Amino acid sequence: MYDIIVVGAGHAGCEAAYIASFMGKKTALITINKANLADMPCNPSIGGTAKGIIVREIDALGGLMGKVADKSHFQIKMLNDSKGPAVRSLRAQADKKVYPSEMLKELEKLSNLDIIENTVEDLIVEDKKVTGVVLANNEILTSKIVILTTGTYLKANILIGDTNTPGGPHGEKRSNHLSDNLEKLGFTIQRLKTGTPPRIKESSINFSVMQEEHGSLKPYTFSFENEVYYDIDRQEKCYLIYTNENTHQIINENLDKSSMYGGFVSGVGPRYCPSIEDKIVRFKDKERHQLFLEPESKYYDEWYLQGFSTSMPKDVQEKMVHSLPGLENAIITKYAYAIEYDAIDPLQLTPSLETKVIENLFTAGQINGTSGYEEAAAQGLMAGINAFLKLNNQEPLILRRDEAYIGVLIDDLVTKGTKEPYRMLTSRAEFRLILRHDNADLRLTPHAHKVKSISAKAYQRYENKINLINEFKEFLQTNSLNIKENKEKLEELCQIEFTKNIKLIDALKRPEITLDILNQIIDLTKYTSVFEEVEIEIKYEGYINKAYKEKDKLIKLEKKTIPKDLNYDLIKNLSSESRQKLKQVNPLTLGQASRISGVNPVDISILAIYLKKEYAHEN
Amino acid sequence: MTDTICAICTALGTGAISIIRVSGEESFSIVSKIFSKDLTKLADHTINYGFIKYENEIIDEVLVAIMKGPKSYTCEDVVEINCHGGIATTNKILEILLTEGCRLATPGEFTKRAYLNGRLNLSQAQAVNDLLTAKSDAARKVFMNGLQGVLTKKIREIRQVLVDLISNIEVNIDFPEYEDNLVITNEILEKHLNSLKEEFTSLLEDAKTTNLVKEGINVCLVGKPNSGKSSLLNALLNEEKAIVSNIEGTTRDIVEGSINLNGISLNIIDTAGIRETENEIEKIGVEKSKKAIDMADLIIIVIDKSKGITSEDQELIDKVPEEKRIIFMNKDDLDGELILSDYKVITGNTQNIEGIRVLKQEIINRFNLDQINSKDVTYLNNINQINVIKKCLDLTVNALTNLENNAFVDMIEIDIRTIWELLGELIGEQYDEELLDNLFKNFCLGK
Repeated sequence: MYDIIVVGAGHAGCEAAYIASFMGKKTALITINKANLADMPCNPSIGGTAKGIIVREIDALGGLMGKVADKSHFQIKMLNDSKGPAVRSLRAQADKKVYPSEMLKELEKLSNLDIIENTVEDLIVEDKKVTGVVLANNEILTSKIVILTTGTYLKANILIGDTNTPGGPHGEKRSNHLSDNLEKLGFTIQRLKTGTPPRIKESSINFSVMQEEHGSLKPYTFSFENEVYYDIDRQEKCYLIYTNENTHQIINENLDKSSMYGGFVSGVGPRYCPSIEDKIVRFKDKERHQLFLEPESKYYDEWYLQGFSTSMPKDVQEKMVHSLPGLENAIITKYAYAIEYDAIDPLQLTPSLETKVIENLFTAGQINGTSGYEEAAAQGLMAGINAFLKLNNQEPLILRRDEAYIGVLIDDLVTKGTKEPYRMLTSRAEFRLILRHDNADLRLTPHAHKVKSISAKAYQRYENKINLINEFKEFLQTNSLNIKENKEKLEELCQIEFTKNIKLIDALKRPEITLDILNQIIDLTKYTSVFEEVEIEIKYEGYINKAYKEKDKLIKLEKKTIPKDLNYDLIKNLSSESRQKLKQVNPLTLGQASRISGVNPVDISILAIYLKKEYAHEN
Repeated sequence: MTDTICAICTALGTGAISIIRVSGEESFSIVSKIFSKDLTKLADHTINYGFIKYENEIIDEVLVAIMKGPKSYTCEDVVEINCHGGIATTNKILEILLTEGCRLATPGEFTKRAYLNGRLNLSQAQAVNDLLTAKSDAARKVFMNGLQGVLTKKIREIRQVLVDLISNIEVNIDFPEYEDNLVITNEILEKHLNSLKEEFTSLLEDAKTTNLVKEGINVCLVGKPNSGKSSLLNALLNEEKAIVSNIEGTTRDIVEGSINLNGISLNIIDTAGIRETENEIEKIGVEKSKKAIDMADLIIIVIDKSKGITSEDQELIDKVPEEKRIIFMNKDDLDGELILSDYKVITGNTQNIEGIRVLKQEIINRFNLDQINSKDVTYLNNINQINVIKKCLDLTVNALTNLENNAFVDMIEIDIRTIWELLGELIGEQYDEELLDNLFKNFCLGK
């Protein structure tokens, strides 16, 4: 008998199993093939815009992705450095062989975690409560909680041209019965689609005609542990190339052979990941499209051709690839494919990621309709933490939209649902000025400490950082810039002439002045580790304060809870669309209710009044 | 539901006083900014005498009632400003409150808050509920009617430009590796923001004209008692509306009448004269006159030609700027030798149509009334709309300042996005996925 069974060992499953056992629960992680644990079946990178911030949030909450990525990448970049503090984000080219093995090492350290190779075909459900799983050999494993993290394997079909082969990535077996059984249990199942570009043999690529893409020359880490495992000067390169007229002609001539355009696909694909044929059809006027070549692993002779996702037949793919500069003689090691799979409608989840249909059943990752390693890992981590809390009869950890991208992600899923694989974008976060990469630990460590998902050491690190920031702010507030003594230096460094002494904090508010400049006049080296946070908070005080004001409004609405058993049919005057949506989502708070699309403000007022009337005695 | 809201609670323009109610957490602090006393330091549940001041100008002499929550109508901190009736003053104060951080209350919102905060008893719930639903439907209709046509179209155009700009910035941020998309630089932003600034400025300019069309021109007749103001008013109105007599000081109330001049209504206000007086009733009239002069768009100074100019007349002429005044030398049918050679004047009397005709023509010329085509100005037509556009203009100016200081595009976008959202609320056309839809429609990205 396990406390928790996690089904599927992708990024969501690994994080869920890790955190549950780290926090002290006896956990089983079931995977079809141990060799594919923490597999990266698509792009060879971790992070990216918004996603890099999620990785840091995972780290702050006690998850593994950041630490493992730090140990396994061969190039890392800070994106958007020039576009503003709120949108900076790390992206690393992760080694597809090293990442899984580092992840496995971490999981194997845990004595109360069993990793089991098998396929789960059914759930054991008694009285609307899950009590275990049925394996492919009809063996039964029992547990108090089950977390489903099945990725794209539910009834998966691989599509290349007009061929349609049942199976998951890497030609793995798919799970045939689980999604049917979920449907029988009352879940709404939807069909989603995603795709991946071809892989090219390294020795067949002529890199000399391609534009090089380098990593950042400053040391960066995802994890707040801040251990640098790589050599900054010896990072691998990526390459940039463009499609041409010839490529476009080949694609246009063969459109009817593509799975998508030939009408062979029923699933809904993501708008942000269009296939190359999609791009060429939709953007006819564009003469060329950017493509990137990224190494898959130091141990593989294989490169990933980003931007060239397609579902064309193999012979057409050959022609398409050979039309590209430097790839005239390329050997395709893996053909691009589209994959269709079953997912549940995430509106059937509560914000803790427990399903509303079956008690003690949690789901995370692609099964919930998301896309991306980071989005999956984040949900896995939250499902793991909340499974633990449920077993201990504690309140679930629900991150608000103003606290974390993870909060935005889960709130969007369970409140708005999704019809395409959901990818995190910075534009989805209305509080992005607060949700920065540099302060992920400041935002989330208190939560993690409260539920005990992090070590005492990690909490100490947080306290030290807070103390240092406060001390630094105090220092800037109480010390002034002596103009006489530093006149020349100031003019040289920032071309400013001050007329009288100015407090450091006020000097920093000037657009020309940065902490790096001040550091050359007054010794601030003691505080360099918190420069970024402090500088942003001081320089952008106006905008940040505005954001905090909005945050307060949100919190007020989030505090107004809605009873779980509320009967919306008893509320007169609700519009029928709102009533139906509210019943479907069953929001936990008025705040959540107000974000459901199709529920208008008048209906929220009516709901608020009804709650006041019926539940006045409880407030 | 947490904003501080305000609205005029009395019927507009008819009563002797108007009450503006402010409710919410910030009501004390907001009103304190424009009142001559700090409300937070005054005793609770008191009525306080003072002035509404804004940008160094005294707007009105008022009584302010303060009620700290929960002992108030809405159970929140409530302030009620009792100001002197009249559309202009009341609207002005409301406008100032909106500028200082209040939001205009939606119909029934005070009652709604009262209910939500437990002020009304349970049996009233349903009534409030129905009211809310009905009122918001009505409000929606009014809103739609008020905002048809040109304005909606104009704002839609601006929003499309904004959403294209925002999506492009978002694409630059979310897909930084795609360098073949247009990268929005500070130069591009500056160009857009400057044209945005022009758009908003001209919308606000148009609003003034709209106001002329909608509200008319307020014309104030002043002059020392018995100079013939009421007779002039009647001559203009062609009817015996004001009380006309030869005893000084008989016109105690402001009498309003309207005539239609080239399709624009001329609201003519007769005043009680501004003579210093000990008579209490008359004193009130005199005060009102002073007020009316301040609020008027045009002042006609009436001078009795037969009696000669007095120091009082001179004082009036000096007080009112030339572009705002017309001097009418009245009673030229009676004997008298007064000539005001230093000023441009119109001479006439109320018995003869010629002088009156010249006066009307002068008013037409002053306001270019012959050039206004009322079909052109379907623009901003209420205080809320004007206020939203003002806010948009402020945000645009703010963004331009930040641009000058080399702020990051991400910061500038916050202002642009707020403008886009405000305009969306104004025309009621905003939906959750609008931005993402636009983003994916217009840009080519992905693996």
